[in-house]
Amino acid sequence: MAQTGKPSVRHPSLKVNKLGLTQRDYEGSMSTLCAGCGHDSITASLVQAFFELEIEPHKVAKLSGIGCSSKTPAYFLKEAHGFNSVHGRMPSIATGANAANRGMTYIGVSGDGDSLSIGLGQLCHAIRRNVDMLYIIENNGVYGLTKGQFSASADVGTKAKKGEENRMGPIDPVALALSLGASFVGKGFSGDKQQLVPLIKAGLSHKGFALLDVISPCVTFNDHQGSTKSYQYTRDHVQEVVETDFVPVLHEITAEQASGDVTSVAMHDGSVVKFRPVAEGYDPTDRDGAYSHIATRQAAGEVATGLLYIEKGSQDVHSFENTVEESLVDLDFEELCPGNQILQELQKQWR
Amino acid sequence: MKPTDVSRPEYYHKVVDCQWGCPAHTPVPEYIRLIAQGRFTESYMLNRESNVFPGILGRTCDRPCEPACRRVRVEDEPVAICRLKRVAADLRGDVGHLLPSPPTEKNGKKIALIGAGPASLTVANDLMPLGYECEIFEQLSRSGGLMRTNIPAFRLPAEVLDEEIDMILDMGVQVHYDHPIDSLQSLLDQDRFDAVFVGTGAPKGKELNIPGREEGDANIHIGIEWLESVHFDHIKEIGEKVLIIGVGNTAMDCCRTSKRIGGVDVKVVARKGRPYFKASAWELEDAEEEQVEILENHSPSRFVLENGSLVGMEFELVEWEADENGRLVSKVLDSKIVPCDDVILAIGQDNAFPWIERDIGIDFNDWEMPVVDKTTFQTTRDGVFVGGDAAWGPENIIWAVEHGHQAAISIDNYCQGQSLVNRPAYGMNLVSQKMGLHSWSYGSEYDASQRAKMNHVDLVERFKALEVEVELGFDAEQTAIEVERCLNCDIQTSFSAPLCIECDACIDVCPVYCLTITDNGSEEEMRDRLTAPAENTDQDLYISEELPQTARIMVKDEDLCVHCGLCAERCPTAAWDMAKFDLLIPYAGKPTWTESAEAASTISS
Ligand SMILES: Cc1cc2nc3c(=O)[nH]c(=O)nc-3n(C[C@H](O)[C@H](O)[C@H](O)COP(=O)(O)OP(=O)(O)OC[C@H]3O[C@@H](n4cnc5c(N)ncnc54)[C@H](O)[C@@H]3O)c2cc1C
Ligand SMILES: Cc1ncc(C[n+]2csc(CCOP(=O)(O)OP(=O)(O)O)c2C)c(N)n1
Ligand code: SF4
Ligand code: SF4
Ligand code: SF4
Ligand SMILES: [Mg+2]
Repeated sequence: MAQTGKPSVRHPSLKVNKLGLTQRDYEGSMSTLCAGCGHDSITASLVQAFFELEIEPHKVAKLSGIGCSSKTPAYFLKEAHGFNSVHGRMPSIATGANAANRGMTYIGVSGDGDSLSIGLGQLCHAIRRNVDMLYIIENNGVYGLTKGQFSASADVGTKAKKGEENRMGPIDPVALALSLGASFVGKGFSGDKQQLVPLIKAGLSHKGFALLDVISPCVTFNDHQGSTKSYQYTRDHVQEVVETDFVPVLHEITAEQASGDVTSVAMHDGSVVKFRPVAEGYDPTDRDGAYSHIATRQAAGEVATGLLYIEKGSQDVHSFENTVEESLVDLDFEELCPGNQILQELQKQWR
Repeated sequence: MKPTDVSRPEYYHKVVDCQWGCPAHTPVPEYIRLIAQGRFTESYMLNRESNVFPGILGRTCDRPCEPACRRVRVEDEPVAICRLKRVAADLRGDVGHLLPSPPTEKNGKKIALIGAGPASLTVANDLMPLGYECEIFEQLSRSGGLMRTNIPAFRLPAEVLDEEIDMILDMGVQVHYDHPIDSLQSLLDQDRFDAVFVGTGAPKGKELNIPGREEGDANIHIGIEWLESVHFDHIKEIGEKVLIIGVGNTAMDCCRTSKRIGGVDVKVVARKGRPYFKASAWELEDAEEEQVEILENHSPSRFVLENGSLVGMEFELVEWEADENGRLVSKVLDSKIVPCDDVILAIGQDNAFPWIERDIGIDFNDWEMPVVDKTTFQTTRDGVFVGGDAAWGPENIIWAVEHGHQAAISIDNYCQGQSLVNRPAYGMNLVSQKMGLHSWSYGSEYDASQRAKMNHVDLVERFKALEVEVELGFDAEQTAIEVERCLNCDIQTSFSAPLCIECDACIDVCPVYCLTITDNGSEEEMRDRLTAPAENTDQDLYISEELPQTARIMVKDEDLCVHCGLCAERCPTAAWDMAKFDLLIPYAGKPTWTESAEAASTISS
């Protein structure tokens, strides 16, 4: 008989985090994606990252658009809040939710189709506003849900399942984000959790918009020979340019960890992200340097991965809009809606 | 580590913990599935092939399979394997036409079997269908050995014994009742037999030689002799206050029997504390349910007599501590007299072979035990074999059965002039259970139900007669739940490395974190860095060939796999498959391949 859900049975020596939860408590319902889909591995990495960061599931909002990738919020953190928006509109929903309640952790999951075609304008503005969220693009080079048409991230020369080649140049979300002034840009591969989990943790702890572009092979429509987004091709072309380690709050930084060519960046919550460049001279805090390095790699046919760029002292939309410290949802009605008299006075300023 | 060789039957056999733990290698999950399908007769016959006495064992087996059951590691309680066996036996249809039948033309070989216990009966069961003529010599007037004379009828009804023993005897076994063999020499001298099997058990109860033993003899009984006397109606009653010395299986049957023939205040007295008791937890539970009191840390020092008759026993109250070598030593704290009318000694059994001459080529060791080869069951005299409790001391029925199977193979080889040392090999079949994209031929869902509790006849009713069977057996509802608790450990996860694209789907979906794709290393070091640390070193790691894309390996920790099939369901390339493992067990005269063909035809008929 086929299983309708993952059975409740657990490893008896499963670890619990400080909230008393096990990693299994961070799962969602059973995936309905194709067996072997890269998106499922990203889901598993999210489960692990949220568990290890000891985040309370009910203080998380999961947001997505339309696509196989956008279905995945159903498969992790079953106790979190969620909003499955129309195609490409997730960034504005996230921006609104974050404006109303800045106390939550926001995770947006989107696809290359959802983000780079119909939702491209939305994505640009979320980057520009530096909305405090982790935005994951599960990038498979196709519209998986609608049966494998090339998406805007498809490389020139990549072949569709039936053999036709893509001729249009791709939009690279990493280059796009860097040029739009994104404060955190990372690239990963669903098949490498060792790299992906720390990237997710760093992105979740980043104050501002963290963009993670994750190559996530579509087993059904884009995992054949000739595809540049297959498991095999990605494994053959991935080049880690910087190793990332995430050190949670309260974790003592030992001499060994701080030594050598390791750079540490303190996050606003007290945690630390550390880098060790794999590519000689790579500096993830140098936007221009990062941009040109990645462009060179791309020209050489390589896929540069790791935490590619991070802005020290990033300021999110709440800081530069100077909004109240508290979440709007926590304000009393009187404070939130101070009445006609105050409104009149406010409007007087602009007369 | 080297890739695992799954072509050896041992690897997958070990994954089926219950079958691995069963001395006779009964295919437990397969018979449980047959029960689940309502195919009780098939389930019974499958059982019978390996354990010969499903009805008897379904009530009395020592069940080494249950502590071995995977379910114990996943939660606390094993599948009620033993009691499900009884369900198959209770609900089966007529099996007469399915039983092996002896050929009318005999092979001309005659075998003498001494003792009519389960060991000898199994030898006869295996040899009769091959054309051997078996003669059993039994000193008592009934068959079954200790199963009949010592296991009380309230645990094992006579009809169940009769029915299953008759299946064997009715193949034409000649039984000489009331025929003790008091000289092996003279039996051998008759020259009537081509081989002799000694299945005489361990018939001597241990003595307790402390002051007052002789004087109190009239009210001091040896457990196994006493149970036998009760069985033959030679003893019909016992005093009100009874002390049972010892806390093993025999003690449990003695105390519960006492309760039924006059004992009111019945105490079982142990020298050590509960963790060291030899009786199984369920036996203790059953005795305590019948208001038997259990005294711990009481070391007997003397029998107390007044006017020449027994009135009590004195005990030292002791405390146990481990010395520097880890051996337990006792410290006496106090002493105490416990009043009683009768004492039953149940402190163990010994073998005794006064009837085997020491100069007929059979070597005896320092403990007066015949030297028996562990593989062939042959003594140092060709053609004389030993099995069951007679071989290496008291065990249990299922071991006696397994000894019987092995001895039968040896006797057959011996009589056919073949080597005894070259044992027929175990074989295996492995068949995919895939029925469709996401469907399997077995119930793969994990059922979280708790173990079903056996219902008992109420206390008043059960004490009315010695023969009232206490356990009622599982009802239909309990059975339906219990069968689903089995994790189908014989449905193996079978891996094909060349197909794997390293998508991680199987690793992500496994509910108990069995799987890891990683770089190869030494076992010790790898056990530490798997998805979940593999701490149970009794359980194997499966190691694949190198994976095509990254040359890493797939590692599976067999420890906690619940055989849910999700890895195979989520695998895009069918690199994982769920395949049914069938252990092909060799029996006398049947190499494994004919065995399997025959098993298949029994099941489908
Ligand atoms: C009280 C008690 C309870 C037990 N309960 C269980 C239980 O619940 N489950 C379990 O698995 N096991 C139980 N056992 C153990 C089990 O009964 C034995 O391990 C098993 O019966 C051994 O089988 P066997 O064929 O080797 O010998 P036995 O069953 O001992 O049979 C030997 C036979 O040989 C006969 N014999 C002996 N000497 C001669 C001779 N010289 N000539 C002719 N005949 C001879 C004996 O009369 C007897 O019939 C129990 C044992 C006892 C004492
Ligand atoms: C407004 C609108 N236009 C078009 C569609 C059809 N549509 C559904 S999913 C999808 C593309 C999804 O691609 P991607 O975001 O890459 O997700 P994937 O399935 O590849 O993970 C499209 C075009 C739609 N649902 N809504
Ligand atoms: S779960 Fe079933 S197959 Fe597995 S060990 Fe227990 S009884 Fe045997
Ligand atoms: S069958 Fe597969 S998924 Fe299920 S527990 Fe075993 S290894 Fe894990
Ligand atoms: S699901 Fe299949 S293809 Fe994917 S990693 Fe597991 S075995 Fe390999
Ligand atoms: Mg896509």
